[in-house]
Amino acid sequence: MSEYKVLIVEDSPTMRQLISFALKRLRGIRIVEASDGVDGLKKLAAEKFDLILTDINMPIMDGLKLVSLLRNDANYKGTPIVVITTEGAQEDRERALALGANDYITKPIQSNRILDITRNLLNIT
Amino acid sequence: MSTEEEKGIHSRAEEFLQVFKKGAEFTHELMKENERLRFRVLELEEAQREGGLEEHAEEEKKKLLKRISELEAEKEEILGRIRKVEAENQDFAVRYVEIEHENNNLANLYIASYQLHSTLDFKEVLQIIIEIIINLIGGEEFGIMLLDEKANELQAVATEGIAREDVPPVKIGIGIIGQVAKTGENYFVEDVHSYVPDLQNPMVCIPLKIKEHVIGVLVIYKLLVQKISFAELDYELFTLLAGHAATAVFSSRLYSDSERKLTTIQGFLDLLTK
Repeated sequence: MSEYKVLIVEDSPTMRQLISFALKRLRGIRIVEASDGVDGLKKLAAEKFDLILTDINMPIMDGLKLVSLLRNDANYKGTPIVVITTEGAQEDRERALALGANDYITKPIQSNRILDITRNLLNIT
Repeated sequence: MSTEEEKGIHSRAEEFLQVFKKGAEFTHELMKENERLRFRVLELEEAQREGGLEEHAEEEKKKLLKRISELEAEKEEILGRIRKVEAENQDFAVRYVEIEHENNNLANLYIASYQLHSTLDFKEVLQIIIEIIINLIGGEEFGIMLLDEKANELQAVATEGIAREDVPPVKIGIGIIGQVAKTGENYFVEDVHSYVPDLQNPMVCIPLKIKEHVIGVLVIYKLLVQKISFAELDYELFTLLAGHAATAVFSSRLYSDSERKLTTIQGFLDLLTK
C-alpha cells in the first residue's frame, strides 16, 4: 500500500494535534508537523510531501506567503495545498484560492471536512 | 355358327358390357365416396387434433399463469427484501455518519483534555484554553477571568480579540459574570444572532469549577463570523472546560506558586549556608 506524506503547518499545538488525530484515521498517511511557514519550508526542503495543510495566521511566515512561495516552486507547483483558518470572510477565501490553494476550510475544526478533502485530493477510497 | 347363336352371343356380350359399365360406374362412385370419406376422416382428425391442442394450450396456459403468479409472489418477496435491505442500509449509513460524528467529537474532547493536562506551566495552560476556545468552539473575542479571593472579585488573566485591561474586574454576585461565579451555573445568551457585544454582559459565561468551588470564569463576547450557532459538542466542551480547565489552571498556579516559594526558600538557605 502506498504511503502519503502530509505536512501540517500550524502554530497552535492543539490544532496540529486535532488535525493530526483526524488524519490518522486514514490508512497509509504519514504526518509531519511544522509550527510556522519557515519551519514548513524547512520540512518541505528535506522531503517531498503529497499534501500540505496550512493555517494562515502564524508567526514568522503566514500561510498565504507559504502558498505563494510553493506555487512558484517547481517541486511543489502541483502539490495540493489546503488552507485551514479562522478567517471566514469570502475575500480571504478567494485570496487563498487565487494564490493557488486547492481548498479552504474554516475553524473551528471540521474533522469530517478535512478527511473528505484529504481523501479527494489524494484519491484515497 | 348359326345366326341364332350369333345373336345370343352378341346379346350376352352386350349384357356383359352393360354389367361391366354399371360395375365401372359403381366402382367410380365407390371411389368418389371413399375419397369423400377420407377427406371427412382427415377433417375429423384435424378437428380432433385442434381440439386436443386447445385443451393442451389451455392446460399450458393454466400452468403458465400459475407460474407467473408464483414468480410475481417471489418478485414481491424479493422486492420487499430489497426494500428492507435498502432501509437497513440507509439506517446504517445514517448511523455510520452519527458514529463518525461522535467519534470526531470524542477525539476532539480527548485532545482538548489531553492538552489541558499536558503542562504545569500557568501561562501555557491559559494559552491552551485560548486555543481550545478558538479551534474547537470558534470564539473570536473572549477572556479568562480568575477569582482574586482577597478582593473577592474576578480579574481577566488572558484574553483573545480584546485587550486584557479593557475587561473590567467583576465583584462576586454582581451582574451576569458575578452571578455565574456565585451560582456556578453556565450562562448562554438567549439569541446569539441578536447579541450585541458588551464586556459586562457576555454572550457565554462558563464557571471554572473544582467540584463546587468556582475559581474563575470563561467569558465569550464574539464568535468567528462562520460560527453561526452553538453545536452539541460546544456544550460538552464547555462542561469539559468548566472542570478540566479549572483543575489545570488551579494545579499549574499551585505549581508556579510552590516553585516560586521553593526558589525563595532555596535562596534563603543559600544565604544562610554561605
